[in-house]
Amino acid sequence: MKKKISYHTRLKRRLLLNQIFKFIFMSTIIVSIMVLAILVIDVLQKGLGSLDLDFILNMPSSRPERAGILPALLGTLWVIGLTALISIPVGIGTAIYLQVYADKKSWFFKALNINIANLAGVPSIVYGILGLTVFVQLLKIGPTVLAGALTLSLLILPVIIVSSIEAIKAVPSSITEGSLALGVSRWRTITGVVLPMATPGIMTGSILALSRAMGEAAPMIMVGAVGFVTFLPDSIMDRYTLLPMLIYNWTSRPQDAFAQIAAAGIIVMLILLLLTNLTAIIIRNKTQNRVD
Amino acid sequence: MKFSKILISTLIVALGLVACATPKTSLKGSIAIDGSSTVYPIAELVTEDYNADYPNVEITVGFSGTGGGFTKFAAGEIDIANASRKIKQAEIDALVAAKVEYLELKVAYDGLSVVVNKQNTWVDYLTFTELKAIFGKDATATKWSDVRAGWPEENIVIYSPGHDSGTFDFFTEAVNGKSGVIRQDSETVKISFSEDDNILVTGVAGGKGAIGYFGFAYFEENADKLKVVPLTKDPVKAAVTPVFATIADSTYPLSRPLFIYVNKASLKRAEVMSYVTFFIKNAKKLSAEVGYVSLPDADYTAGLALLK
Repeated sequence: MKKKISYHTRLKRRLLLNQIFKFIFMSTIIVSIMVLAILVIDVLQKGLGSLDLDFILNMPSSRPERAGILPALLGTLWVIGLTALISIPVGIGTAIYLQVYADKKSWFFKALNINIANLAGVPSIVYGILGLTVFVQLLKIGPTVLAGALTLSLLILPVIIVSSIEAIKAVPSSITEGSLALGVSRWRTITGVVLPMATPGIMTGSILALSRAMGEAAPMIMVGAVGFVTFLPDSIMDRYTLLPMLIYNWTSRPQDAFAQIAAAGIIVMLILLLLTNLTAIIIRNKTQNRVD
Repeated sequence: MKFSKILISTLIVALGLVACATPKTSLKGSIAIDGSSTVYPIAELVTEDYNADYPNVEITVGFSGTGGGFTKFAAGEIDIANASRKIKQAEIDALVAAKVEYLELKVAYDGLSVVVNKQNTWVDYLTFTELKAIFGKDATATKWSDVRAGWPEENIVIYSPGHDSGTFDFFTEAVNGKSGVIRQDSETVKISFSEDDNILVTGVAGGKGAIGYFGFAYFEENADKLKVVPLTKDPVKAAVTPVFATIADSTYPLSRPLFIYVNKASLKRAEVMSYVTFFIKNAKKLSAEVGYVSLPDADYTAGLALLK
């Protein structure tokens, strides 16, 4: 027969267990924040001295004291802007098709879903090789901003699709069915009900994916991002360099002065990422208020 | 889509600001350069100075490695390929097949430096036979005592540049007789490869039994953390330490020339001709500025004569 334990003993045990888990979770968050803090402090210490307006507005240079990042900063904005223009519409379109139109019981749908989830885990360099073969060489786009943006779009599409599907799934079926029951067409239901309600989730996923794309260097070397350019990109068929390329090159130089400007480049990169994520939060909050 | 709108408008404003500040000269055009990351610092510096004189020539310099550079060179994607070793027969064949005619120009010397840890008190010099005992394909030495009798039983740990670099090709050819052949990574002797030479510096500086090799500039900047090893091919002769003089006159056995390969068809374009001429004329001063050893004057004169 089971021994009876009094209510108070059990309560004590539970409280103790509660304390232990609280401690474990607190330590995990403290460890991760500390690692991040060490990283940021280290970068700030090395880089803040070199970071000024000249650094942002100058051309890159072999003389570290004169070096700037303007072509790389603009290159990054061009490539990421174009990537957003390509990947977000395609991603949302795919998600709508898969979630609203596709027959979920068909083998095609299942195969597609598994594949998309798998693609999200493919190493980025593989996309670089694909981009080089298909966009740069086969389609003869050349090592341009467009080829870079197309490659990055492929890289982040799976993430955008998966997060958009989740956002669309989260729209209560009572509302969509209500709209359909009132005689609203399927298309108008999508544009007028589903998308506005799913926008916060879609935008959060998309912008986080874009932030990831912004930091990629490996696949971009493959598709033709270079280390040094003497001009600023002004069309999608221009050649370009990117912030991660400059940072990568500078950290591998022997002279210590390059390590410092690399750190300054990392700070700019962090600020850029922070701004993008901030945009994501603002968009999310605004659209959320509209729906609620 | 608000995000992209913000981006585009930022771009337009930024581009507008910059466009106002661009000066003008008559020579226009574009030049694409790629290849060795060892030659990259020289090419970058030359490009920067050239661009100060000719601001309307659009130049890109990449660093996808000597091998990667030649692939692009054969595909006609670039006008100039930087190389930290001589072109290989297979690469020549590819260029012939693609009907690309080229010009080979020497721009500077680099002394591939073999380095060990500062605490390594025993290594006074190494012969090529001993290097082969450490780096060779069938090398068996696992401890320093296996390399030369009397050295301590410290484990050997190897740091080497990655397989796509010309530095790796040159070193393996010089030491092991065949380019690309090196000892296998094993339980007993660990080999770490990295395309980033600063990681190799950190690795060698961090382990007492470590040995590695890379361009002279990386040793020079880290001379306080590393010990450079004098080398000799012939065990009877005295070993030579890499310094500017011994690298320049090639008495240092791992002294290697750095090249640029120019597409002859591209050379017909005025901007490419003017750029390459500028490169050779200024290579002496500028290669020294980034830590390489300049060629004897006669080599530069010969290079200029080739261009005519």
